[in-house]
Amino acid sequence: MTKATDDGTGEGSRNASLVAARARERVGERAKLDGFPVAYDMPDDGTLTDNLLSPIWTSSSVWWPLFIISGLLVVLFIYAMGVTFVRGIGSWGNNIPVAWAYGITDFVWWIGIGHAGTFISAFLILLNQRWRASINRFAESMTLFALVNASLFPLLHLGRPWFFYWLLPYPATTGVWPNFKSSLPWDVAAVSTYFTVSLLFWYLGLIPDLAAARDRAPGLTRRRIYGIFALGWRGSSEEWRHYRVSYTLLAGLATPLVISVHSIVSLDFAITQLPGWHSTIFPPYFVVGAIYSGLAMVLMLILPVRRVFHLKHIITEAHLSNLAKLMLATGSMLAYSYLCEAFIAWYSGDPYERYTMLVARPMGPYAMVFWLMTCANILTPQIFWWKRMRTSTIALFIASLLVFAGMWCERFIIIVGSLNRDFLPSSWHFYAPTWVDLSLLLGSLGLFCFLFLAFLRWVPMVPLGEVKRLRFELGRDRATAGGAGGTA
Amino acid sequence: MTASALPPIEYLPHKRVLGEFASADAMLTGVDALRDAGYQELETFTPFDMPELDERLGLPRSRIGWLVAASGLVGMVLAYGIQWWANVHNYPLNSGGRPVHAAPAFLLATFEGTVLCAAFGAFFGLLVWLRLPKLWAPVDEIDGFGRASVDRFWIAVGAIDTDGRGAKAQQILRESGALHTFAPADV
Repeated sequence: MTKATDDGTGEGSRNASLVAARARERVGERAKLDGFPVAYDMPDDGTLTDNLLSPIWTSSSVWWPLFIISGLLVVLFIYAMGVTFVRGIGSWGNNIPVAWAYGITDFVWWIGIGHAGTFISAFLILLNQRWRASINRFAESMTLFALVNASLFPLLHLGRPWFFYWLLPYPATTGVWPNFKSSLPWDVAAVSTYFTVSLLFWYLGLIPDLAAARDRAPGLTRRRIYGIFALGWRGSSEEWRHYRVSYTLLAGLATPLVISVHSIVSLDFAITQLPGWHSTIFPPYFVVGAIYSGLAMVLMLILPVRRVFHLKHIITEAHLSNLAKLMLATGSMLAYSYLCEAFIAWYSGDPYERYTMLVARPMGPYAMVFWLMTCANILTPQIFWWKRMRTSTIALFIASLLVFAGMWCERFIIIVGSLNRDFLPSSWHFYAPTWVDLSLLLGSLGLFCFLFLAFLRWVPMVPLGEVKRLRFELGRDRATAGGAGGTA
Repeated sequence: MTASALPPIEYLPHKRVLGEFASADAMLTGVDALRDAGYQELETFTPFDMPELDERLGLPRSRIGWLVAASGLVGMVLAYGIQWWANVHNYPLNSGGRPVHAAPAFLLATFEGTVLCAAFGAFFGLLVWLRLPKLWAPVDEIDGFGRASVDRFWIAVGAIDTDGRGAKAQQILRESGALHTFAPADV
């Protein structure tokens, strides 16, 4: 091709230079996001693999103390669960009319956090967003660990958690079946499906990387362990051909789950008559809030990880900036939902709705939580209009932390804010958590960190295959642009 | 040149020639050169997915989607069926005079059941389709084959024969830039 254009007429070379300019533009567009490259100079595939796998062969000095601290929090979690088992829900602060409090707040919060993982890994794969490659494993793992926490809370809330299997449609000798017209079996279906599909998707994505770990493992034991988990993956054209379709289909199947799971969770509230809950905006409002809180969690995890494990060349400012933009978008949608909720409460003319939304929440006993929620969730992301803020690690971390806390406050305000003052003022009741409630919340954070640290230590944390593919594509783009440019 | 144009001589049905490449582009050159020379039974081993290989190797589109669709349908019928059988037939529960057969309420779990079974189809279907787990295969015994999952690209050439086409394949692989080639082996 080079020869042909070299020998060409003046017109030919003009065309060639146009083609080259366009090719360079295209490469520039594809390789950069918000003015930042999606990856800086990557070493060759072998070095890249070894660098990315090195955290699973040797532990770092920061890892152990963190692992031990989170392990202690897990012990606290188990202890608080034990107290709940032995003494029952009475050990929590809940009491009628506040029948749901921390337990369901934590459940809704954790399950929402999980949503960003599926959003990043499934939504963005379908939209062919290449930048997701280096962060999708973090996001997916975060989803799994958040779901572990999320599923524990409603089970603990059952009162007799050891009968949790009554929620499943199994042929019981009692002849009693779950009532599928209730929203609680919907939750069971939604959460268990979400967890299973996320796990399968995560593991399927992991198989080629486990094979790389197997083939790079120092020592026979680790080679065998990773070998068993890699299931004998060899990367043949036949394997990739089916794998690609299966993986994309799983992404396609996980995508509606992002929408459906938190929609179904929101129905727990929306199908009741309670002021502040009985609203048609709930499903989209919950989904947006879920993705928003999850993005905050992803950022809070990525920022330290990319620093500690020297991943700045593959998790670049482009990723941070894009995540910040997503937070700005979802945060704005959430702000719109807040406005809508308040407006519709006023517009409905319903005195109970008006009182709950316009008086009890902003000025009632939990006003402080309400204003913390409003400020943290609406004002914080506004800083991301500035590019400087989108790439400042400190600003990103603090903003994420605020949103992370703000979203917990939102769940609390929705649940306790509505329950503590319902229709009859005589039954109003101020809710305060007990030490068991607080320990369960803190312990679940500990369990999350514990699982995430274990993941960093033993599982390839960046999708090697996808990053190598990205490197290959970027290299090819550059070659195309360079080759065409050479003729111009 | 097509496979039928090859001289009818004794084939070595289980033997394949292997070539190891340092880069994806070199391997693609090798694949093209082999296809041009009439070799049809090619398989590659790559550390990452290369959709561009499908066309070059003449591989058809994967049909695993049908399996996923079928398992999704099974899940749909199963989920709705369980709810119907439990709540309408076996244990009808009258709560506030609402219809016993409440289709809209059943649809949520039906949707989840569909997705769940389709995902099982996609994951376990793939494993069955590819006959995984297969912890050992003859090709693992080839020196350096482990790097196929790391940074090397391999081509395996099948349908070779005793009449020197194995050697020819090796020569083509070398000319395309293979780092190493391996004589016909049971892989």
